[in-house]
Amino acid sequence: MIIIEPQVRQLMIEDAVGTFPDECCGFLFGREETDGTRLILDILAVDNSKEGDKRRRFEISPLDYMTAEQHALDHDWTLLGVYHSHPNHPAIPSEHDRKAAQPFFSYVIVSIMNGEFSHLRSWLLNDDQQFEEEKINDYQLS
Amino acid sequence: MATVIIPTPLRKFTNNTARLQVSAGTIQDTVNELTRNFPDLKKHLLDDGGGIRSYVNIFVGNNDIRDLQQEHTAVAEDTVISIVPAIAGGSPDQPPLFTKEELARYNRHIIIPGFGMEAQQKLKKAKVLVIGSGGLGSPVLLYLAAAGVGTLGIVDFDVVDDSNLQRQVLFGIDEIGKPKVEAARRRLAALNPHIQLNIYNTHLNSGNALDIVKDYDVIADGTDNFPTRYLVNDASVLLGKPNVYASIFQFEGQVSVFNYTDSKGNTGPNYRDLYPTPPPPGLVPSCAEGGVLGVLPGIIGSLQALEVIKVITGVGETLSGRFYIFDALNFESRTFNIKPREDNPINGKNPTINALIDYEQFCGMRAVEEKPLKEITAKELYDWQVKGEKFQLIDVREPHEYDIVNIGAELIPLATVADNASRIDTDKKVVIHCKMGGRSAKAIRELEEKFGFTNLYNLKGGILSYIDEVQPELTKY
Repeated sequence: MIIIEPQVRQLMIEDAVGTFPDECCGFLFGREETDGTRLILDILAVDNSKEGDKRRRFEISPLDYMTAEQHALDHDWTLLGVYHSHPNHPAIPSEHDRKAAQPFFSYVIVSIMNGEFSHLRSWLLNDDQQFEEEKINDYQLS
Repeated sequence: MATVIIPTPLRKFTNNTARLQVSAGTIQDTVNELTRNFPDLKKHLLDDGGGIRSYVNIFVGNNDIRDLQQEHTAVAEDTVISIVPAIAGGSPDQPPLFTKEELARYNRHIIIPGFGMEAQQKLKKAKVLVIGSGGLGSPVLLYLAAAGVGTLGIVDFDVVDDSNLQRQVLFGIDEIGKPKVEAARRRLAALNPHIQLNIYNTHLNSGNALDIVKDYDVIADGTDNFPTRYLVNDASVLLGKPNVYASIFQFEGQVSVFNYTDSKGNTGPNYRDLYPTPPPPGLVPSCAEGGVLGVLPGIIGSLQALEVIKVITGVGETLSGRFYIFDALNFESRTFNIKPREDNPINGKNPTINALIDYEQFCGMRAVEEKPLKEITAKELYDWQVKGEKFQLIDVREPHEYDIVNIGAELIPLATVADNASRIDTDKKVVIHCKMGGRSAKAIRELEEKFGFTNLYNLKGGILSYIDEVQPELTKY
């Protein structure tokens, strides 16, 4: 299970809406409890360094990645994952996402439809290199 | 000793250690030492050929080794080596399948566990041909259109009649007299603008069936007669399409899934396995003759739509290999198992049918129709009446029909015609009528065969035609 602080969730959505129609990307920081529950306390938005079609692809530069690792150390957080947006597409990982996916990381995908926030979901790679959905526990109940 | 910084995602393979000390040398030496000490790291650092994976970057200080001497880059005592996973991804290449409006429309499907987006996508990609847009076709089309089946084909030759509206919920009074397929298209397009509707305002027959059926993934048979049912079955089997079948009569309904190939490649039985031969013509009356409770096609057609959705999505167990019967009077359901027959002429051991045949003939219709039958039109009958011609007029409908409307004929219901043959004149012309001309034709055939009558005339189009042509002020039913 993953718990995303409401303000952090809002920051991610704002980044995704602001970057539309391109894909946005960034890092997730927080703590992992002993029972495996992840608590996302902050994000770090970074540039989409993909050369070419940023509407369908994202890439994070290695230097931004190293900055993120350092950022986690500085705040005594764990680098728990990555978020990115799917413009005009549901928040379901694509084959591109799966191929490049790292173990351990939570992959939060924010779906933006026609410039407006639609929904977000989180995914985690299993031992067979396939994504499994990670339940997001929102503070609010529907 | 040089220092290697392990990225967070790979620390579970290094006993949660972020910084490791390695002996100096080259990057290649470093990678070898790491994978020797922590074998689980190997698949994340190296590809199948033993080279460094394209998704892994190795930095010496702030420089990518690709910009230095690659894996031969020297590592000194104070070097800090960072393993940096490439973080990348993106949306699928194909255009998005659903718009925002469609996602909202199908939300109650998408959120069902075990159905979800995957099944909804299959519905959108599916092409379903619904044959007959009447009692069964109405609920089938309404529910499949509402569910988001991407392409629906509708075959019907008929026009909307007021007597259809007791059960054919696709239509309204404004559409009486209009082709059913056009009325259906208007209604369904108003229900779901996100789907494609193809209409065929034609009789399905041996000449056009394969051409129409070939473009679809699933066939839904909602026809009301045996020749078309065998035709739909054979076309489905010849083209390898699943055929979701339903039929209704009075208070009883039947549903099955024919010619369905499961995920293991096994194809289930078809209509000819259940009914190798058609019933003798006239034994089983149509709904127009025998009647049907209006809500029954609503129930059975909904079950048919359900099976279509299961066939498309692969969710659940279909009725393939099973035959379901619902008796509305007693509220009883039964499900029988059916199996492929070795002597099935279309796909048994020695198939004899490899193309569509003449289904009217197969069902014995044509042979009967070929017998000459004297006919009289409503206008001609009226002329006889006006001129005072001597003839006897007999009505073979049921008493309750007679009470609704009659044209002054003697009432002898079809089932009692033989017993009442003595009431029928032999020395002058006799005109026999029913509602539409079907039952009166049967009565004439029976009287001719059993008693040798030669003076019988069938009123073409029955009392309905007479009302249209001669007395429009009378009640039609």
